Amino acid sequence: MDIFIQQIINGLVLGSIYALVALGYTMVYGIMGLINFAHGEVVMIGAMVALFVIKALAGLPVFVTVPLALAAAAGVCMAVGFTIERVAYRPLRRAPKLAPLITAIGVSIILQNLAMLIWGRNYHAFPPILPTSDHEIFGATITSLQIVIIVIAALMMAGLTLLVQRTRLGRAMRATSENPPIAQLMGVNINQIISATFVIGSALAAVAGLMVSANYSIAHYYMGFMLGLKAFTAAVLGGIGNLAGAMLGGVLLGIIESLGAGYIGDLTGGFLGSHYQDIFAFFVLIGVLIFRPSGLIGERVAERA
Amino acid sequence: MHTPRISSMTLTMTAALALIGCSQKEEPKAAAPTAAPAPAAAPAAPAPKPEITVKIGHVAPLTGPQAHLGKDNENAARMAIDELNAKGLEIGGAKIKLELVPEDDQADPKQGTIVAQKLVDAKVNGVVGHLNSGTTIPASKLYFDAGIPQISGSATNPKYTQQGFATAFRVMANDVQQGKVLGEYAAKQMAGKTVAIIDDRTAYGQGLADEFEKGAVAAGAKIATREFTNDKATDFAAILTKIKSKKADVIFYGGMDAQGGPMTKQMKSLGIKAKFLTGDGGCTPEYIKLAGAASEGQYCSLPGVPLDQMPGGKAFNDAFSAKYGQIQLYAPYVYDAVMVMVDSMKRANSVEAAKYLPEIGKTDFQGVTAKIQFDEKGDLKGGAISLYQVKDGKWEYRETVGGASAAPAAEAPKPEGEKK
Repeated sequence: MDIFIQQIINGLVLGSIYALVALGYTMVYGIMGLINFAHGEVVMIGAMVALFVIKALAGLPVFVTVPLALAAAAGVCMAVGFTIERVAYRPLRRAPKLAPLITAIGVSIILQNLAMLIWGRNYHAFPPILPTSDHEIFGATITSLQIVIIVIAALMMAGLTLLVQRTRLGRAMRATSENPPIAQLMGVNINQIISATFVIGSALAAVAGLMVSANYSIAHYYMGFMLGLKAFTAAVLGGIGNLAGAMLGGVLLGIIESLGAGYIGDLTGGFLGSHYQDIFAFFVLIGVLIFRPSGLIGERVAERA
Repeated sequence: MHTPRISSMTLTMTAALALIGCSQKEEPKAAAPTAAPAPAAAPAAPAPKPEITVKIGHVAPLTGPQAHLGKDNENAARMAIDELNAKGLEIGGAKIKLELVPEDDQADPKQGTIVAQKLVDAKVNGVVGHLNSGTTIPASKLYFDAGIPQISGSATNPKYTQQGFATAFRVMANDVQQGKVLGEYAAKQMAGKTVAIIDDRTAYGQGLADEFEKGAVAAGAKIATREFTNDKATDFAAILTKIKSKKADVIFYGGMDAQGGPMTKQMKSLGIKAKFLTGDGGCTPEYIKLAGAASEGQYCSLPGVPLDQMPGGKAFNDAFSAKYGQIQLYAPYVYDAVMVMVDSMKRANSVEAAKYLPEIGKTDFQGVTAKIQFDEKGDLKGGAISLYQVKDGKWEYRETVGGASAAPAAEAPKPEGEKK
């Protein structure tokens, strides 16, 4: 039993990590209907900047370095996000939908290689940002940092929902999402709103980057790619464009992967092993898309960012 | 316009992206039979020129998760070539200038064959590499068909030399030797009654894990479970939790340091008490950095003897670190691979592949790593395996198994006297 609970916790942690990244995808998609494939790379840049700030300030207490690192990472990521939108997406806003998708992939490759030039090809060990104390829940273990990750993912989702639903900026975002020309006629500066969306999404990426790297204590210029792909899957699973859907999709994907890897071998009598863990996740994705093409909770448009 | 419906186009793009991920960047230029980029590659015959440029191809992943190891290999090849050029080389009465042709295979078998074709088209005189078994094996067919000698410093999967290609050589012990030693070590010295095995599904990781399994079972251990991951993964909590439920004494990982490090760390945070053992891919300083305190007391193995016990280890280390920084892993072997290739050219008195290829098989060369001789398959004769354990944040040498006995690789002789 404790093994089962441990697998659920593993899935919850992994899922929250996917959700942290998926929120950024879903936010941009909700406003612009554009999939920002460079988002994974922005997460990576956030992790790298945070890592180097923490290393540069080594010796100072953690409650000083981590906020500073987060601030620096968020700052850099926001600048990167703003620039990406200006350079790669804005000129193509009236172009066919395929065009910005291609530039997104281009930006992603450029960022990856820039990061390789700046920070090198080596893996970087991420210093611990919280004391590594383990907590026991029904015989399963979870670290403090993992609890923080789950909480932050939930808080960020709630915060974003509030921002979109309750603030002036949020209302402008929803208006832009619904019909950009009309929103513009009503006095919404849609360029500003879209820039703001990217900047906020990139700040989230910085948080995600710090959390992911701290959890696995590893940072690498290549880390954004797989993470981005999985997070995108999570966002689609939950219903892309829907903030709660990103959270749900992420957690679901994490739990499916973890239970799949944990039990598939025993269930099939060794016929399938843990190398098929992704198959389960993608089976579920295909199933969901066949029966609910807009994702699990994608149709409740009202909640859409 | 903004219905949240997922257009099929989006999904197609995702699929396309996944494909791009496997083969991004490097444009497949190989299609065009290149005459142009080989201006100086005059075959040895027309000798009005006083100086002949000899191209040596080198392939390793320079991008992607193993880029740090690939660059290390390339630096070693470059160092060997720079040293030989500085000394001045004369073969067949002509002055020889060696030129390194570095290529990036991204540790991807598909990309490996693309760059191999590129080197064949560029008419290189020989190839050093590739780094990974998974890329070396498919590429070796192309080199064989073109008659280009290939010496790998790090591809340890036995298949590489078992295909019957006269052009394939390696200067490192193969995984049959290594896996067997590791399996016995886990069962005996580490007192592993039940062992769990994880591999990364690459030709290297899977091959080594298979040989490990054979060795461990032969030595009396029980296999608790066999789990799998991939060479880009960072999260191993699910498979480790399963292993925890099977109560294994030893966990063996067939794969590289980038996964082995975080895996060890996650073992600890899941409260797994089992000892961790890995092969040469995880036997790096990087592993200790990534695993942190959890690395203490864990084990790894490396073909050959430790750097400070290598015949030319110290001198090589000094020269290499001064130029390129800390040695990652395979640098001395790649250096030797270049030296063996050029040594064979000297003995054949020719830089033509067809002429010097037979000489490689007859190599008897005192390299940095060991005295290098090949068996009839192209495997290193009498490859030794050394075991290491982390102590105070450093890999500490434990013992060397085999070495002096020139055991034919694939036959796996039974008692391989363990020297303490």
